Amino acid sequence: MRNSTKLMILAAIAIVFILLYGFYDIKGGFDYAFPKRMLRVTAMIITGIAIAYSTVVFQTITHNRILTPSVMGLDSMYQVVQTLIYFFAGSMSVWVLNKYLNFGAAIFAMVVFALILYRFLFRADKHPIYFLLLIGMIIGTLLGSFVTFLQVLIDPVEYLSLQSRLFATFTNVKTELLFISIGILALAFLYGYLIMGQLDVMSLGRENAINLGINYDGMVMRILILSSVLIATSTALVGPITFFGLIVANLSYQFLVTFKHSTHILGASLISIIALVGGNFLVEHIFELRTTLSVIINFIGGIYFIYLLLKESRAAG
Amino acid sequence: MIEIKGLTKRFGKKPVVEDVTVTIEPGTITSFIGPNGAGKSTLLSMVSRLLEADTGEVLLDQNNVKKWKSSDFAKRVSILKQANYLNVRLTVRELVSFGRYPYSKGRLSAEDEKFVDQAIDYMNLADMENKYLDELSGGQKQRAFIAMVIAQDTDYILLDEPLNNLDMKHSVQIMKILRKLVDELGKTVVIVLHDINFASVYSDRIVALKNGRLMKNGPTREIINSDVLREIYDMDIPIQEQNGCRICVYFNSHI
Repeated sequence: MRNSTKLMILAAIAIVFILLYGFYDIKGGFDYAFPKRMLRVTAMIITGIAIAYSTVVFQTITHNRILTPSVMGLDSMYQVVQTLIYFFAGSMSVWVLNKYLNFGAAIFAMVVFALILYRFLFRADKHPIYFLLLIGMIIGTLLGSFVTFLQVLIDPVEYLSLQSRLFATFTNVKTELLFISIGILALAFLYGYLIMGQLDVMSLGRENAINLGINYDGMVMRILILSSVLIATSTALVGPITFFGLIVANLSYQFLVTFKHSTHILGASLISIIALVGGNFLVEHIFELRTTLSVIINFIGGIYFIYLLLKESRAAG
Repeated sequence: MIEIKGLTKRFGKKPVVEDVTVTIEPGTITSFIGPNGAGKSTLLSMVSRLLEADTGEVLLDQNNVKKWKSSDFAKRVSILKQANYLNVRLTVRELVSFGRYPYSKGRLSAEDEKFVDQAIDYMNLADMENKYLDELSGGQKQRAFIAMVIAQDTDYILLDEPLNNLDMKHSVQIMKILRKLVDELGKTVVIVLHDINFASVYSDRIVALKNGRLMKNGPTREIINSDVLREIYDMDIPIQEQNGCRICVYFNSHI
């Protein structure tokens, strides 16, 4: 089967799930329920694309198919920023009330964090993957504990307000950020269109890419920033989903046989949309909200992650 | 012309390349030889802007390499390093097509395809051009990578130990192809070699390094003699002439 056929099939499945989610079992006021559902679907689509896109490009610059921005603790950084803001400025400060300021601060911190991570981990020497994973886990735990530490110190009322910000879900989407997210995504795709060819060359590795005239280190910097901004967008919208990017990117690598980033970004995005919209449909209508999608994703994703690790270690040994 | 002027590189405090000044003569094969850790690969990396020098400069046509636009430089000088592990799954043809990136920016024209075909023919890869690289042997893979830099069609081709992983037949084949590139197409080849006999037989000039310093630089005939080689390798290397080629006989079971 050709890649374009496969992409069509994925797109068709995605559309079916979107329609199902929008129209299935609509009772009572259609005018009330339908726009609400569409809002959620939009959030899912944006999140799915942002995570897929950022993971694929992140994996290109780290030359690694197991590490994702989330596994390296990038989305924990979002929680750290929000908690720090509540801790030092409080819920009534401009840093919370002005959603753009808040969003901007989170993006800024995540970009800085990503650049520092890259400088220390990926630049200097080639570390074995287990070392990087371990560092990622440690950083994640460290940031998590730090956040918990600050949270037990804050005023309980403030904490409740913070919590609603940290544990956003698809049933509780931050709609006010929806438009700015769409804007960011559009810009990211415009930029992506310009650098797609360079991304393909970069997957040959640093030395080959430089040989072919790519300003490699500059590109890595820009892609890291792009990736952090996208992860910040998705985390701000619906909260962290650790293993999601890993699953969709790797499924795309397996399903679509090509080195072209344009195809993989598209493929991974469609798989994301299918998983998120389809998953939410199942959770809401089949499981009747007895579980949440992030639990299912992390469960399946965790298993898949272990599978990939085993496969990788066998290939290396 | 490539001029290397007073190039120094330290890793930590240890100088790996120290104050090396060499001019690469256009239209020749220049071999970099020397014992392990002499700084040959590091020198090559600095010439090809993969690595930044601590002091000194590299000039291509009188202009500092750092001042060149990377994409323009890629049309003049190509480099192939020794370790070529790929994270992506590519066919031979796809890999060789990447060599056209500096010109095509990803969209191959008919002319680009022609260069790709030529490079594949040059390296005798035509019958396996649609195979994936991970299905090939080490030597075939190596040839595919060399085909990529040939497709890049640069005046200067820098190769870091391209004969690694290759058996004698393919090593000779590659050296002959490099010779052809120089003699027929007027390219300039700079190559890091371990086997001094390949350097002796196929190159026009030899640059000998030891402990990061330039030991000797001159026409092959001047370098391949026992006195000079003793200085470089700390070992007695008798030389025998065969069909006009100087062969270093460094194998000796009696010592």
